[in-house]
Amino acid sequence: MMHIAALLQVADPQLPSTGAGAFIIFTLIKMIIVFTVYMVGAALLTLAERKVSAWIQNRHGPNRVGGRGGWLQPAADGVKNFMKEETYPAAAYKPIFILAPILAFIPALTTVAVIPFGAPLPTRWGLIPMIVADLPVGFLFILAISSLGVYGIVLAGWSSNNKYALLGGLRSSAQMISYEISMGMSTIPVLLLAGNVTLNTIVNQQAYGGWNVVNLTIAFFIFLVAAFAETNRLPFDLPEAESELIAGYHTEYSAMKFSLFPISEYCNMITASALMVTLFFGGWDVPFTGRDNVGPFSGWLTLLSIVIFLAKTLFFLFFYIWIRWTLPRFRYDQLMSLGWRFMLPLALSYIVIIAAVILALDSAGIRRGAMYSSILGAVNMVLVVLVFAILDRGRIISPSYARSRADQLARLKSAASRSPLSAGATD
Amino acid sequence: MMGEHYSLFYMFHFYFFGVVSIASALAFVTRKSPVTAALWLVNTMFSLAALYVLLDAQFIGVMQVLVYAGAIMVVFLFVVMLLNLGHPSEIADGRGKLPVFVAAVIGIAMLAEIMTISRTHIEAHFAVPKGYAVTQMAQYGAVGSVARPLFNEYLLAFELTSVLLLVAIAGAVVLGRRKDANAR
Repeated sequence: MMHIAALLQVADPQLPSTGAGAFIIFTLIKMIIVFTVYMVGAALLTLAERKVSAWIQNRHGPNRVGGRGGWLQPAADGVKNFMKEETYPAAAYKPIFILAPILAFIPALTTVAVIPFGAPLPTRWGLIPMIVADLPVGFLFILAISSLGVYGIVLAGWSSNNKYALLGGLRSSAQMISYEISMGMSTIPVLLLAGNVTLNTIVNQQAYGGWNVVNLTIAFFIFLVAAFAETNRLPFDLPEAESELIAGYHTEYSAMKFSLFPISEYCNMITASALMVTLFFGGWDVPFTGRDNVGPFSGWLTLLSIVIFLAKTLFFLFFYIWIRWTLPRFRYDQLMSLGWRFMLPLALSYIVIIAAVILALDSAGIRRGAMYSSILGAVNMVLVVLVFAILDRGRIISPSYARSRADQLARLKSAASRSPLSAGATD
Repeated sequence: MMGEHYSLFYMFHFYFFGVVSIASALAFVTRKSPVTAALWLVNTMFSLAALYVLLDAQFIGVMQVLVYAGAIMVVFLFVVMLLNLGHPSEIADGRGKLPVFVAAVIGIAMLAEIMTISRTHIEAHFAVPKGYAVTQMAQYGAVGSVARPLFNEYLLAFELTSVLLLVAIAGAVVLGRRKDANAR
């Protein structure tokens, strides 16, 4: 046990290490609390989604269970899903059909373990970091585990033995692989700036170097779009597009097995929001204060930082829902062209630019701080104007409502006439 | 390994993941359904990643999951699903007796080789000093301890590998394009 305890604490050697017993007990407590908050949050998020959608569409939303607010609607949904009959299609391959929802659910739960959610808590047994598992590979662990989420969806689509489900699964694997690359590439500037891959280092770097949304604005936009695609949320919900594929990969699922897919989607949303906050919005760093990452730490600071972290995360969750009820779905060719022709080259060139700027600033002897951040911020302002105002012109970044060029339209039409099944898949 | 003391907790996990990886690898070669076989291979990759982490090579472990389980196997699954070989119970095993025999002989030979190597004395300048991985990790972090030798001592090999990968990518693009041109 000492071995694992030492492994987990190797990332932050300046923290006084707690004893093995206290480490185990505090880790158990943190696990239980984080798990509970996470699951209750996912349940409340289903209610929030329906309430916000109703608000956006000028309806009432859920208003029967638990008073006018409909607060007990998630509980009623849960009970309903447990009571419903579990169906197994005759043609389905049963072992994988059962395994698929589990495989979708577990990666969604696992990734939240390495996200720091508060300032360290001083106790009699030493400083307790507010993170379930402080892995030395931190952020890479999140990338690795979240890349496994696609298995649940792909296998659900394949094992159902249903053509709509299979199409949904195939779309999802293509989409996730395409956007995973942009997602990984967009975070390389963040890692370059922090000089390490542990999320604690990234939060600390932002606490005194300014939030990365200013330092690395383009990376944030790429990450934001890729995170929407990775969580299969509109405008990227092609794997379950109702109008074309009935319900996509979960067409054949019922009851609690079906319910695990939306739950894992909401869990992924929470993780992605928390990750955006951690990578680009200072994590648990309290805004407009310095020194909250170096101490002296206190219980009040821990509490305040947790509240701040939750507030920032909630904003992005609201943003997710807001976008869902605002933007239409991409066409498949638009999805691929956005991912491969725009976001990947942009992310790659952004890495080169940022690496050059960091190298220049470091060799000019400018220390990390206000001056450093404002130069980076100025470079980013120029780049933002360049990318979004000059390069865009309503063609590259917003293809879902852009006018197609004549040759693109002709190509689409000829592809559609060649094969009725793969309409739109030209590239 | 010999003569050194490791905690029971450590030894249990080391052998547990070792057994799981071998069992999954066996399941991988014996399953008839290609999708099931691919999933067992993913399980093998996972157990190997756990072994890497136990050997203080966290970065390699994470890369194992990210690259093999997360990207390469997903593409494999993609292809296997598109082949649509039918229901797993209906697929006949096309492999004959001879290849199985040859594979078994090669496997046993390699096992014997590993056994022999693990018993021979390793020269001191080949062996990694004890606790090297942990001190490197404390000094440079999980990524830095891999990146430093890779981009300093082995830079030429690294660059050559990247050229090799570029050639492979270019070849894949050429092959893909050629089929497309024929279709039109």
